[in-house]
Order: sequence, then C-alpha cells, then structure tokens
Amino acid sequence: MAVKEKTATLSTPKSGMTLSRRRTLVGVSFITPNFVGFFVLNLIPILFALLLCFNRWDGYNPMEFAGLDNFKYIFTHKVFQQAVFKTAVFTAFSVGITMLLSLGLAVLINQKLKGIGIFRTAIFFPYVASVVAVAAVWQMLFQKDMGLINEVLRALGVADPPGWFASTKWALVGVIVVNIWKNMGYYMIIYLAALQDIPSSLVEAGMIDGASAWQRFWRIKWPLLRNATFFVVMMLTINSFKSFDLIYALTEGGPGTATTLLSQYIYNQSFVSWDYGRASAAAMVLFAIVAVITLFQFRLEKKLSD
Amino acid sequence: MLNKTPAWKKALLYAVLILICAITLLPLVWMLSASLKLDKDVFRIPIEWIPSNPAWSNYRRIWEQVPMLRFTFNTFKVTIITTIIQVFTCSFAAYGFAKCRFRGRNTLFLIYVATIAVPWQVYMLPQYTMMNNVFHMVDTHAVLILLHSFDAFGVFLLRQFCMGIPDELLEAARIDGLSEYGIYRKIVLPQMGPSIATLVIFTFVSNWNDFMGPMIYLNSTELKTVQLGIRMFMGQYSTEYGLIMAASVVSLIPVIIVFLVFQKQFVQGIATSGLKG
Repeated sequence: MAVKEKTATLSTPKSGMTLSRRRTLVGVSFITPNFVGFFVLNLIPILFALLLCFNRWDGYNPMEFAGLDNFKYIFTHKVFQQAVFKTAVFTAFSVGITMLLSLGLAVLINQKLKGIGIFRTAIFFPYVASVVAVAAVWQMLFQKDMGLINEVLRALGVADPPGWFASTKWALVGVIVVNIWKNMGYYMIIYLAALQDIPSSLVEAGMIDGASAWQRFWRIKWPLLRNATFFVVMMLTINSFKSFDLIYALTEGGPGTATTLLSQYIYNQSFVSWDYGRASAAAMVLFAIVAVITLFQFRLEKKLSD
Repeated sequence: MLNKTPAWKKALLYAVLILICAITLLPLVWMLSASLKLDKDVFRIPIEWIPSNPAWSNYRRIWEQVPMLRFTFNTFKVTIITTIIQVFTCSFAAYGFAKCRFRGRNTLFLIYVATIAVPWQVYMLPQYTMMNNVFHMVDTHAVLILLHSFDAFGVFLLRQFCMGIPDELLEAARIDGLSEYGIYRKIVLPQMGPSIATLVIFTFVSNWNDFMGPMIYLNSTELKTVQLGIRMFMGQYSTEYGLIMAASVVSLIPVIIVFLVFQKQFVQGIATSGLKG
C-alpha cells in the first residue's frame, strides 16, 4: 500500500490527511473487484510469458534457462520467417483495401435518403456475425469445383479458376477477401461518425463558393477526417497483425503452412508442440511489432497535430 | 437554401447502394438458401435462391445429430453470467478511474490501456497453464466466464462515458451528504445507462461468437458451445452442406435479434470508443 502512504504525506494541507486517505481507500475499493481479475488473469500471464521466452519448458519437467536460444530457433525457422512475411502481406492488403472501402462506403451512406439505415445495417452485419458461421459459408462459396465464386469466374471466361482454400497459392488471397468483407462495416461506422461530426456550415460554405462535390470532399472533409483515418489505420494494422480466429476457422493455417500467419504459428507452438519457450518467444515478436506500430503511429499523430 | 438532389442522382445512388448491399449480404443469403436444400442441391447451378421444395428437415435434424440444444443452453449460460459480472465490475472501476481522485490512479489506468494493446496470443499459453496447473479449471464453464469478465476494454469504454458526467453534479451530491457509493448508485449508474447498454451488447455478441476460448479450454461434449457445435458438424458431417448451413443460421439468430434491437447503441459505442480512443 505504498500508494496510500504517499497520498497521505503529499496531500495538500487544506484537504487534510484523513480525507485524502479516505479518498484513496474509496477509489481503490471501486477499482479492486475488476483489478483482482485483471491482475490474475491478464497481468500475471503477460509477465509469465516474458519469463517463459528465455526458458525451456514443456509444462511438466523443471524449467531450464535458455537465454536467447528460443529466439535463435524461431528466427532461423523457415516456417516462422514465412509467417512473418505472410502476416506483413496480409496486413498490407487488409489495411489498404479495408480503409479505402470503408471510407467510400461511409461517404455513400452519409446521405439524407429514405431507408439509408437499412443499407448501413446490411454492410455492418458481417462484423457481428460469428467467424465460425461465416467461415462455413465462405468455404462453400470458394469451393474449387462447385463453389459460386468459381462458377462466376468461369462464366466470365476464366478457364481454370483457382482452388482457393485448397491451393497453397490462393488460400491467402481468399483469407484476405473474407477478412475485408467481415470488417469493413466496423470501420465504415467510424468514418461515418467522423463525417457526421463535420459542421454542415463548412460544407455549405464550400457549396456557396461553387466547389464541386469532389472538391468539397478533398478540400474540406478529407483534412477533417485525419483523426478518424489515423484511428482506422492504427486499429486495422494492429487487428490484422493479431488476426487469428477467422483464419483458423477458414483454413487452420493450411493448406500446409500457406495461411500460417504469426498468430497461428504461436498457436501451433503452444497447443500442438507444447513448446512454451518458443511459443512465448514468437509471441514477444508479435507483441514487439504491435507495440512499435502503436508507438510509431502515436508519434506521427503528435507530429501532425503540432 | 440548398438545392435538392436531382432525382436521377438519387436513383443512381440507390442503385449503387443496393448493388453493394447485395454483394455484402450475398454469403448470408446463400447460407439461408442452402440451409433449406438437400445436400445434392446445394451447389446446383443455376442457383435456386428460394428453394421450391424447402428441406425444413435440416432444421429438425441439427438438434438430433449433435446436442445443439445443450450447446445453446451452455452458450446462453456463459454469455449471461459473463455479461453480468462484466457490467458490474467494469462500471465500478470506470467510476473509480473517472471520478475518484487518488495517487497512482493514472498509472494504473495506463497499465489497463496498455494491456488492451497486448495481443491475446502473447499470454494465452501462460493463461492456460495457470488455469490448468494452479486453478484446475480447464474444461469448465467457469474458466470461460473468468476469461472474459475482467476485460480492460470494458473499463476503458465506460470510463470514457463517465468522464462526461459533470463534476458539479457529483460535488452537489457530496455536499448533500451522499457517500461515493451512494453517488455511484444513485447518480452515476443511471447516467451510464446508454454506455452500459453498449457494453452489454458488445459483451453478449463477443461471448456468443467466441470460438478460440471454448476450443482451447473445453473438451467434454456436454460443455461445448454453439460455435463448437457448428465445428462438430463440419468435422463429422463435412458433406452435409445443408445441415452445416442450417446450424450456422441458427447460431446467428440471437446475434441478429440483439443487433437489430440495439443497433443504435452499437453504432454509438463504436463511434465513441473510436473517436476518443
């Protein structure tokens, strides 16, 4: 309870020691129920992971200090290298395309038209649908010989359409398509909220000055959407790096290791190989990437807003 | 003052929107359509979007072939208990972080926010080991409930709303002699209504849809959840496409209902957490 004592000594003369101590106690009592769970279930495991990545452990035999061996192993492991590369590809496409689509959709939906709510609902719905159900139907749509997507491709003149989730070459493309489809509604809502926050007087002023719709968007709205864009890109990047459920439900990382991204690699090292050290080392790499992106983007935002 | 949008522009806009929504909803419409077909007809071309002879038997057989009813009950149980604990502890902590002044508060909150950024994959194995070796809770519903009940995001979301409650209001209540707990119960909690609704909906949907948690922690069939039930169909009856789709449709129904009823809160929640985050 070092926190409490500090408060007592540092409290201003006006409030008095007892009042300050009481305040701390009350404040702590509000936070405690949640904090206990949070501490035991999140913080301790996170610290434990930090310890595990420098050790060799299978969960039963005594733990052995391994120094940087786990990192040496994964950095030279071809599957890991590929996983990092594939995660980067997956992220680049997911972030770019989802951002553009969600912005375009938000602009389209941001109109005073009858029944516009129905369109918004429809586009947003995939986001709340379960990954398992969604994966089940997309697997059938992407089916090689009979699936709807290949039927359409054949009708369009593609003689030999890809095998999608059955093909090591095309599985990642399929996964990216489904990922974009599922998440674009969420980011559309964020853009939509930002668009609706723009004072209509600004846009009207542009209209009076004779700016075309195109100019009104790029000269007036786009600069005001900067914060929203920043948030969308950041969330998209982090979520793409973490992406797991949907890909697992679609392909379980296969065929072979075709869609084994970083999270899937961690999962395999954990619950297939039961190699705690290597799993945690790979997890730390994922964490480091996410942390660096977050810090970089916050820096960038600060710079831009100065 | 403004010109009315010309009719042709409106018509064009509608056409574009309808086309986009048709593409977006196509997989779900296909799912519904396939759920009413016999396996041999699921992939037949041209697609019969509305089956002339709907195979309603699919919707009967899903309950018979795997214990879907049991799974549904399990999922409701876990989801409801989690939601209750979550709302209670999160709103409590949110008030503490937003309106109680004490030293170390901001540091503690920073730790909360920082863990939101830590991917679950980083600590899922240590968490599993702890649940297995220390608490011996693997293969119970309690573990799923605990896993999701203390989510830092919930605290973050409610705190954002809580910050908006004017301090004068609370100060006035303090002068009237209300304790902090009284203020929380009589003033803050009622004001937080809309944000709690948002949290309830998010918690409900994410728990209902949770797949990795049950997959890692549950082994016994009688404990499994709806999402694992669909996976069971896909594993055991992988060519019974109609059945898999029927089970998928059923699994989506509670989420569709919650989503349509509380859509406003959903949208507000995303907008708030998004722009102030």
